[in-house]
Amino acid sequence: MTKGQLPKWVDYGLLPALNLIAAFAVSGLVVVLIGEDPFEAVKWMLFGSWGYGEGVGFTLFYTTNFIFTGLAVAVAFHAGLFNIGGEGQAYIGGLGIAVACLAFDAYVPWYITGLFAIVGGATFGAAWALIPAYLQAKRGSHIVITTIMFNFIATTLMVYLLSNVLRPQGSMQPSTRTFTEGGQLPLLRNIWPSLDLGQSPVNLSFFLALIVCVLVWYLIWRSKLGYEIRAFGANPTASVYAGISPVRITVITMLISGGLAGLMGMNEVMGSQNRLLLDFTAGYGFVGIAVALMGRGHPIGIILASILFGSLYQGGAELAFEIPAITRDMIVVIQALVILFAGALENLFRPAVVAFFNRFSDEAAA
Amino acid sequence: MPSRKLIGSTLLGLMMCTAAVADTIKPGIVYDFGGRNDRSFNQAAYNGAKTFQERTGIAFRDFEIQSASQSEQAMRNFARRGLNPIIAIGFSQAGALERVAKEFPDTDFAIIDAEVNLPNVRSVLFQEEQGSYLTGMLAAMASKTGKVGFIGGMDIPLIRKFACGYEQGVKAVDPKAEIFINMTGTTGSAWTDPVKGGEIAESQFARGADVVFHAAGATGIGVLQAAADKGKLGIGVDSNQNYLHPGSVLTSMVKAVDVAVDSALEDAKNDQWTNGVQILGLNENGVAYALDEYNEKLITPEMKEKVEKAKAEIISGKIKVHDYMKDGTCTY
Repeated sequence: MTKGQLPKWVDYGLLPALNLIAAFAVSGLVVVLIGEDPFEAVKWMLFGSWGYGEGVGFTLFYTTNFIFTGLAVAVAFHAGLFNIGGEGQAYIGGLGIAVACLAFDAYVPWYITGLFAIVGGATFGAAWALIPAYLQAKRGSHIVITTIMFNFIATTLMVYLLSNVLRPQGSMQPSTRTFTEGGQLPLLRNIWPSLDLGQSPVNLSFFLALIVCVLVWYLIWRSKLGYEIRAFGANPTASVYAGISPVRITVITMLISGGLAGLMGMNEVMGSQNRLLLDFTAGYGFVGIAVALMGRGHPIGIILASILFGSLYQGGAELAFEIPAITRDMIVVIQALVILFAGALENLFRPAVVAFFNRFSDEAAA
Repeated sequence: MPSRKLIGSTLLGLMMCTAAVADTIKPGIVYDFGGRNDRSFNQAAYNGAKTFQERTGIAFRDFEIQSASQSEQAMRNFARRGLNPIIAIGFSQAGALERVAKEFPDTDFAIIDAEVNLPNVRSVLFQEEQGSYLTGMLAAMASKTGKVGFIGGMDIPLIRKFACGYEQGVKAVDPKAEIFINMTGTTGSAWTDPVKGGEIAESQFARGADVVFHAAGATGIGVLQAAADKGKLGIGVDSNQNYLHPGSVLTSMVKAVDVAVDSALEDAKNDQWTNGVQILGLNENGVAYALDEYNEKLITPEMKEKVEKAKAEIISGKIKVHDYMKDGTCTY
């Protein structure tokens, strides 16, 4: 171990744990400030997310969303691209999934529709990332700006489509019709009734998310393209020298990233709501950034971070439900503190920990 | 020991007392994205429940959702704990309510602003076009420039229904009047962005409008503020917002969500709950234009006379206000 470096378990285990503890400590103070018992709050959060079957189901449901959007951000990150557009890509991806479901649900069983929906979601999501990618690669327009802009264009487009084109006549609700059985992914609670998942909406796309994790791991660390992506991300100039085309890598990486974000709709649109709703992305695309940062861009880390955020979402809802004095805005504060400590203040404890371990290793050497 | 027995029986008596109290209704309310304190639509629902609580002493529980899945979750949690009736505020909860209502056929549900056809659901719809028609007339009569504005939250059918009724009212008074229609945004924040509401209002003033009607939830706070700052007139929505800027709010298109919630709870308490669609218009006082001490100087007797006449004619069916929801167009 060289000086200044940390053993892996510290880097990937201890530091995130310290950040989390700090985040929860500060959240606890906030809870005390509004005059509630923080231990009671923690108890409800834990019980709500992991204490009973339905809570677990909801936690895994939210986790699925975060895995998709987290992977999307992580893949782009490996190429040094900061894809802020996961929200819009997921939204448009949901459109692709809905189109597939609306077209096929009356004719074929769900597993055929599902294949088309996967292709539709990934293609639409990727297409939404294509223009920002092209502009970055060819014109040098910064991808952060263009992907943010595309989020706005996506919401505008979707309001138009849902209010004018996809809405059934006479319906007040800006949403598509409900898909019939051929357009609904099976819920885990129906596949394995013995699991006791209550009425939770966790569905087959949870496994799709896990499969995609393996594929992303293979892509990034075991394939030639992945090597090029990482090389380009680590040092664009050197990679050009090595014969890697920056335009090609930028565009391909963003297409993959957008496609991954687009798959989020498999969980929300085809898995749970069974129709395309206004604002179904509800910020999951943005939280994906925090998930990717916290998960260090690695699928395993992303799964763990997604589980954490899934628990925060589900436990938070339960907490707001059980203790009415803790409003939904308080829950957002707690989530934000976790993001702050895990993402922005990631290096808060690092110097101290490094110093501690260096002294320790010095002593061991002496 | 007799004393212990006494305590025991007292305890038993107390328990029976609480059982008797628990026998009355336990209402639950689920707000939509705007939240309990939007000073508009959701707050009207909260006020209705609070009025009921003050009158009867029956407490209620409520929940503010953050995402579509939470709406379903909250209703189910309420239903599971035996809360009854459960009232969902806002059309966006229709899908969730439909699922939960099917799971709990013995629980009564109500939804505001949407129609759910199930045997245990009361759907409360408002004839917003009628109330908007009257505010449109007032706007046209109060306008000196012949130009009036409309600021909606999001370009969705419900808001077009408001805009369409308003337009008809304006044109009924002044067929040559110009109407500017703008929407605030395309995401949920369209309903909670007073700063943007104020900016849009100012741009409409710059184009010559001097009366602006908003149907944009909490965003409208900014619209009314901008009108007050610029010495123009704003028109409130859902709740009576005349008091926000006395003298600058011409009137409010009041949607009696509070009354609907209150009467739903009252019906549940008296065991007179009815299901099916309840349509509230001018005739039922479900929609109205607000007239109180804060705007009485703005509404002249002639204006009031005209509006009251139109109101009577709408109720009698002599004036037919076109409902955007019927055919998805605003032709009249």
